[in-house]
Amino acid sequence: MADVVHDLQASPAAASRPVVFRGGLFVPRTHRLIGFAALVALILLWQAASSLGWVSPVLAPSPGEVIDALWRMALSGELATHLSASLLRLAGGFAIGVTAGIAFGMAIGLSSLVRSPGATLVAALFPIPKIALLPLFILWFGIGESSKVATIAFGTFFPTVIATYGAVDNVDRSLVRMGRSFGLSSFAIISKIILPGALPGILSGLRIASSIGIVLLIAAEMIGANEGVGAMVLAAGNLMQSDRLLAGVVVLSLLGLAVSGLIGAIEKRLLAWR
Amino acid sequence: MQLIADHIAHAYGPLPVLDDISFAVGPGEVVAIVGPSGCGKSTLLRILGGLEKPQAGRALVAGAPPSASLNPLTFVFQDFALLPWRTVEGNVRLVLEGHGLTQAAMDETVRDVLSRTRLTDFARTYPKQLSGGMRQRVGIARALAVRPALLLMDEPLSALDAQTRELLMDDLVELVSGDSAEALGMVYVTHNLDEAVRLADRILVLSRRPGRVRETVTITADRRARRSDDPGLVRRARELWELIRADAAEADRELADVETIDG
Ligand SMILES: Nc1ncnc2c1ncn2[C@@H]1O[C@H](COP(=O)(O)OP(=O)(O)OP(=O)(O)O)[C@@H](O)[C@H]1O
Ligand SMILES: [Mg+2]
Repeated sequence: MADVVHDLQASPAAASRPVVFRGGLFVPRTHRLIGFAALVALILLWQAASSLGWVSPVLAPSPGEVIDALWRMALSGELATHLSASLLRLAGGFAIGVTAGIAFGMAIGLSSLVRSPGATLVAALFPIPKIALLPLFILWFGIGESSKVATIAFGTFFPTVIATYGAVDNVDRSLVRMGRSFGLSSFAIISKIILPGALPGILSGLRIASSIGIVLLIAAEMIGANEGVGAMVLAAGNLMQSDRLLAGVVVLSLLGLAVSGLIGAIEKRLLAWR
Repeated sequence: MQLIADHIAHAYGPLPVLDDISFAVGPGEVVAIVGPSGCGKSTLLRILGGLEKPQAGRALVAGAPPSASLNPLTFVFQDFALLPWRTVEGNVRLVLEGHGLTQAAMDETVRDVLSRTRLTDFARTYPKQLSGGMRQRVGIARALAVRPALLLMDEPLSALDAQTRELLMDDLVELVSGDSAEALGMVYVTHNLDEAVRLADRILVLSRRPGRVRETVTITADRRARRSDDPGLVRRARELWELIRADAAEADRELADVETIDG
């Protein structure tokens, strides 16, 4: 053995050359700090462009003006009014859509009776841009809160159903067979094997549903509401108050971040085993 | 308790897979089932465990299962079938839940089976943190927790490397080396003839599909005294291989044909 090693060490001959390195590449690393710095740089650039008079303050107010507008709306209580109106609609619609979606998705995933009609129906209705149904919902439920909540519920329902039954389909059938072979009840198999197994897929469905929900929320508020961030943005645009308009946009992007952060936290907690 | 295969035959659509299989296995007994690929070994085991209905014949049980048995016929799976979101302990607990056991009784059973499979230190570990051999030991611990009369094992070691297989084989020998009326019995499906001669009292050699019993080989040597390099056993394994060699080659060709037609 030692001889072999010795030979190897002795032999790097004239003709030897290193093996060409072919690892690495296409494995981007993330640097939080660099990402953050890029964002700050962009904002500074924007501020500089405004201060130097390169862009009209009416078309594109400076970051400072936007923050100022946001601050004033916060102090006057205007922000709270609009934001709480929006949050209530979003929460209501999302809760209804997602609960119904998970239940229906499970039914499609588990029952042959529901599967064929259910999956076909979902496939047929999913492509409808849900905001197109708002006028119909206004006819049914009136111009008030219900029609907006219904639009959001309807819009979040479909991606949730599709994600849920896809996730149920993907649960390892050998685990289900294991459960049956140990005599677990159907309820135990659903609650202890299928549901936890489908959870990762369901949660990523909720992510998609939440972003669709926010889009629908704003659209619905722009069509017919006095309060709500969407209504506020629209009103600001009509009055050419671009600082308030962008303040609303900032609030919306923060809302999106908060919702996705919340889902991320839930994932982290429930899917710790991964 | 005794498990009896009574003239079992089965087909998937037009494809006959099992033909007139009869045998019985009782307490403390190990029956190994060997045969060429695709001859219906797994199907037979599923039928014996009630996971599938045979087209003809019956799987029967006779006599009483061990006292307090929660699941007399219990599977150990080739792919372990552990829930990745439950710890080792949680995976064992899964099969004890819903039987109206007290918390203390459950804890006691979990402790007992984990110590029998030398997993006590890994109770809080998740399956993906374990080696393949340890995962299968979790599968065995889970099976023991329900106090089975018979273990139905479908190639339980075939996903493991050779050294791990050897170690686990010793564990399996210990498991089935009791003599009482409540001793564990086993139906052991395998491709590996060395495992079969090491573990089994009787080896059922199945023919190529549709599988029927070609031969029953009895091995009388004391299980605990058998060594895998024992000349007698090596010879038995070779004899078995001679028995199924032609069949296995033929079965292989058939499978290849099917694949070409499909492709
Ligand atoms: N659910 C099923 N539906 C249709 N055909 C099946 C099904 N399960 C198995 N088969 C076919 O039945 C035959 C026997 O399968 P089985 O898995 O019982 O064989 P096996 O002896 O366990 O094979 P292996 O040694 O590869 O594990 C195979 O040809 C297989 O393709
Ligand atoms: Mg098989």
